[in-house]
Amino acid sequence: MSGEPRRDLGLGSGGSVGLGGGDSARAVGSGSETQPNVPTESPAPSLQSPFWRTLEERAGDPAFQEHLYNEFPSQIEAITDPVARRTFLKLMGASIALAGATACTRQPVEKIVPYVRQPEELVPGRPLYYATAMPLAGVATGLLVESHEGRPTKIEGNPLHPGSLGASDVFAQAAILGLYDPDRAQTLTNIGDIRPWSAFLGAISAALTAQRPLRGAGIRLLTESVSSPTLAAQIRELLERFPSAKWHQWDPASRDHARAGAKLAFGEFVDAQYRFDQADVVLSLDADFLGCGPGSLRYARDFAGRRRPEQADRMNRLYAIESMPSSTGARADHRLPMKPSQIEAFARAIAAALGRSGEGGGVGNTVPEHARRFADAVAKDLQAHRGRSLVVAGDGQPAAVHALAHAMNQALGNAGTTVVYTQTAEAEPVNQLDSLRDLVADMNAGRVDLLIILGGNPVYTAPADLNFAEALARPQLRVHLSLYADETSALCQWQIPEAHFLEAWSDARAHDGTVSIVQPLIAPLYGGRSAHEVVAAMSDRPEQSGYEIVRAHWNQGATAASFETSWRRWLHDGVVPNTAFAPKSVRAQSDIPNQPAIPNPQSATSSTGGGIEISFRNDPSILDGRFANNGWLQELPKPITRLTWDNAVLASPATAAKLSASEAPSFQGGEHGQVTTDLVELKYRGRTIRGALLQVVGHPDDCITVHSGYGRARGGRVAAGAGFNANAIRTADAWSFGGGCEVAKTGGKFSLAVTQYHHLMEGRDMVRAATRDEYVRDPKAVNEHDETPPRTITLYPDFKYDGYKWGMAIDVNACIGCNACVVGCQAENNIPVVGKDQVLRGREMHWLRVDTYYRGAAANPETYFQPVPCMQCENAPCEVVCPVGATVHSDEGLNDMVYNRCVGTRYCSDNCPYKVRRFNFLLYQDWNTPSLKLGRNPDVTVRSRGVMEKCTYCVQRINKAKIESEKDDRQVRDGEIKTACEQACPADAIVFGNLNDPGSRVAKLKAEERNYSLLGELNTRPRTTYLAAVRNVNPELGE
Amino acid sequence: MSQIFHRSANTIARVSIFGAVFFIAGLLGLFAEVNRSPWMTGAQVARDQPIQFSHERHVGGNGIDCRYCHTSVEESSFAGIPPTRTCMNCHSQIFANSPFLEPVRESFRSGRSIQWNRVHDLPDFVYFDHSIHVNKGVGCTTCHGQVDRMPLMWQEKSLQMEWCLDCHRAPERYVRPRDAVFRVDYVAPPNQAEVGARLIEEYQIQKLTSCSVCHR
Repeated sequence: MSGEPRRDLGLGSGGSVGLGGGDSARAVGSGSETQPNVPTESPAPSLQSPFWRTLEERAGDPAFQEHLYNEFPSQIEAITDPVARRTFLKLMGASIALAGATACTRQPVEKIVPYVRQPEELVPGRPLYYATAMPLAGVATGLLVESHEGRPTKIEGNPLHPGSLGASDVFAQAAILGLYDPDRAQTLTNIGDIRPWSAFLGAISAALTAQRPLRGAGIRLLTESVSSPTLAAQIRELLERFPSAKWHQWDPASRDHARAGAKLAFGEFVDAQYRFDQADVVLSLDADFLGCGPGSLRYARDFAGRRRPEQADRMNRLYAIESMPSSTGARADHRLPMKPSQIEAFARAIAAALGRSGEGGGVGNTVPEHARRFADAVAKDLQAHRGRSLVVAGDGQPAAVHALAHAMNQALGNAGTTVVYTQTAEAEPVNQLDSLRDLVADMNAGRVDLLIILGGNPVYTAPADLNFAEALARPQLRVHLSLYADETSALCQWQIPEAHFLEAWSDARAHDGTVSIVQPLIAPLYGGRSAHEVVAAMSDRPEQSGYEIVRAHWNQGATAASFETSWRRWLHDGVVPNTAFAPKSVRAQSDIPNQPAIPNPQSATSSTGGGIEISFRNDPSILDGRFANNGWLQELPKPITRLTWDNAVLASPATAAKLSASEAPSFQGGEHGQVTTDLVELKYRGRTIRGALLQVVGHPDDCITVHSGYGRARGGRVAAGAGFNANAIRTADAWSFGGGCEVAKTGGKFSLAVTQYHHLMEGRDMVRAATRDEYVRDPKAVNEHDETPPRTITLYPDFKYDGYKWGMAIDVNACIGCNACVVGCQAENNIPVVGKDQVLRGREMHWLRVDTYYRGAAANPETYFQPVPCMQCENAPCEVVCPVGATVHSDEGLNDMVYNRCVGTRYCSDNCPYKVRRFNFLLYQDWNTPSLKLGRNPDVTVRSRGVMEKCTYCVQRINKAKIESEKDDRQVRDGEIKTACEQACPADAIVFGNLNDPGSRVAKLKAEERNYSLLGELNTRPRTTYLAAVRNVNPELGE
Repeated sequence: MSQIFHRSANTIARVSIFGAVFFIAGLLGLFAEVNRSPWMTGAQVARDQPIQFSHERHVGGNGIDCRYCHTSVEESSFAGIPPTRTCMNCHSQIFANSPFLEPVRESFRSGRSIQWNRVHDLPDFVYFDHSIHVNKGVGCTTCHGQVDRMPLMWQEKSLQMEWCLDCHRAPERYVRPRDAVFRVDYVAPPNQAEVGARLIEEYQIQKLTSCSVCHR
């Protein structure tokens, strides 16, 4: 079976391994910047770029060069063989002749169906916007949802919400597809039989009646993290009526270690809120605060706001110590990869250095050699910025590290300025692993008669050693409220379809405590119920609807009239004012000199005996698996790895070399997108799983990372067959990481769909970066080698753009690679999902892609993200080659794509140097599923097979704004048009506007010194330009 | 050796080659005409409707303004088809028992919408916005014809792109003052060119012919 790469772990599929066997392991350690051996003229030395995308490219591996140089590897024979070429041209000629014939159709008669009674505020053709919030892992993100004729079609952030300030993350953007997912549970069932709600009410009231004499001793309620004040109040009221009942919480996406660390440090559960706008120096201990976690959208905005090179003296500095490359590490000025178990020693050392304030002592020898200099510099920098620095510990680190971070912040005097402590957003903070353990113990002991699981999927997400599935067989009556009939529902008697957050009334708290009322945009599609309604079913008033429950909770004390006014204002704004938590003053219990007093329960379990460390993380695209059936998120190339449709065993190239593992790009028809790697078997604490090994640049050596969320048994049709289940080897005592994992090659091969391997840089500088000192000294230096030709060098007359002149500026310095823009664009423009098979051929349809570029040492390079939409070139190479005139230039500078003219020649895509044009090779759009039709944006054409598509600068939004402004007799204001990518971006990296307006943000950004065009030397004159990245390097550490 | 072909073959050959040019031109012309014909475009063909609503009676006879029923024409891309309630505004009192209006009453009672046959239907890849046209001085009857003389609605113009471009390239030939947009009795004045030029200036009407204006 070796030599036949597999596509998914369930089925084997035949396929040829492609060209290039470049063993990337050889490339590691070779520090030379060899010029790639390209068959064409070699670029001048001044264009030699230090940036690279893959290790093979960095090493100048000639086989890899050869492989990527052939853009269509499977077509090579057809192109070079003269006889085949003639046949090809004959067929092309014939098909051109027939192309016109398909246009001769009469339009079928359609119906037009008005309302019977039209709702007053609804104007057909104009969308309405409603404010709501998305609760995720107990924390809400405020949203504004666009609704067309009663159907929510697009989600944006709510500018008035403190948690997002108008931005959104990938989960919020993809939630629309989750709402309309045809695999959602659609009927209330009892052991597979469809039952009405009244049957459930009967069963539950019978069970509760039986529990009453026992005071509810057999009742257990299992929820995810609850920040909803209403739900918390309902549950507490339930516990009052049944005092012996217990409430357990288990949410694998929430932050157990952070909670435990706060308890350790302060003696109580508190949340830390960070003020990145106040911080000059930030130390991240394995914390991906830019990419995920509560408040990450806000933190990204604040952080980016302090990184503008134009305000060079305000520029902050970020140090990141990471066990897995992340967005935060990519943005860091100095990054150090470190095994997760070693980070604690590092933190202690820095804490000790800070504790001995004024002595300037070193960090001692508890830290690995290579990190000592780093730790010294960090301690010094933090000390120099007392009160304006910040230490953040990540969720994957044990409680001790969090406690150390709190102690360090206190020692530095940061409390109150850069970090503020408040009560938790969760209503009832507990240690959730302990809570789950208690529940399993109770179930095994037979103490549980009635178990109600509100949301979540504990059978899939619980640690393997708890054997939750076995314990679940014990309670007599088991009820599961969930969006999907998943692994847990299979083991419960009652499965109640849950109402999606877009269908239900609720409330939730943001990371800072601000309450938002969650209001529905559409009536439940499948008669789903919210958690409020299920808990109410167990109360003395089971007929209450979610609306009544939430209103009743907030209508306490106020007069009827004033409550109505307030209620409407809260729904309109999306925030309830004055509900943000007030800062609490807390003191860390142990001072830094007493640091041995901070116990670390996890240190005993890590790195003992043989084997390497394994680190478990939630997947950046599908979290803990709850979004596994969301096609947009499955196909989203993950930040850093650019992996789609799978999870993998992630290791550094050196670690992979030790295993003699190799991976190589290969092809299977189409273009590039496939990486063939080794299948490895992980043996950890007596359990084994198999997965594909993927090398990640910048990963620490001698440890591996796996993402949970894949390998779902009952996740839906999209989730089926994707990846492997990392939870099968995860244990409760070493929830985030542990030692002693053995990795062995199985001899099998696996195909991973990775989009990083597209395109070759050939020495061109796609990304430009400089250090802050260099930039301050000479801002022009970053664009020194720019070879953009003058505007006079063309045969075409210069077109005067007198009206609007649309342009976009993308700040590489701000971009954190979170991919919110990619999903936002997909949602706005009805972009289809193509599936793993097509991504392997390089046919993913994302109009906007985020490319990852590296610079420097192979083991720990600098990382830059670059979003690439259509450049809307003024001298577009695609326009001149279209035989039917399907792509033309508008008089405002847009490169128009006219789907109805396109015949599918694909010459335009061939000619595009940026490769931003996507072709519908097959009918990728789902034409049939009724629920998915509801979610499409009616303002954008849904493309069929055979047409080319690309980014249009959201021309539907431009046109709408222009029409509105024309009706009002005014010009379009700056900021009135926000493209979907711009609106989603938390870091404000994308700015769109009118270049003819000198006061517009985009015009000002393009006037900056660090502005440059991508591949400007080709004279395409792109309207989308980039702003070079600037790193605030610590002179002590150098570059 | 005897001739294989009769002498007339020369003439036939010449005539047919010469004639082929005209034949092909004729074929293309026929093709073009069929393309513009009512069979293809649906213009000038009255459509059957579930209820025989007469614009002639309501607009011509009763003088109801277009916007009474087509309410969103000034705000939205879609002009709006009146909900059943709009019909019942009058017909709950006028002709309240007429058998012709039974489908309307049935719709209002049961809550099921009336399924009209669409008369003006642009292809799905065309995005037309009513509100901007109406705001810039394009009258209802300019595109929809003399609706007040239609006992059953028909599509007056071909609605083909060629017809749209005709006005987009030279709007001064068709625009009218804003206060006359909804008047069915408006006739273009003899000095339309002059009036049109002035309105172009005043209303800032642009000659929009970029593809993305309508195709997105």
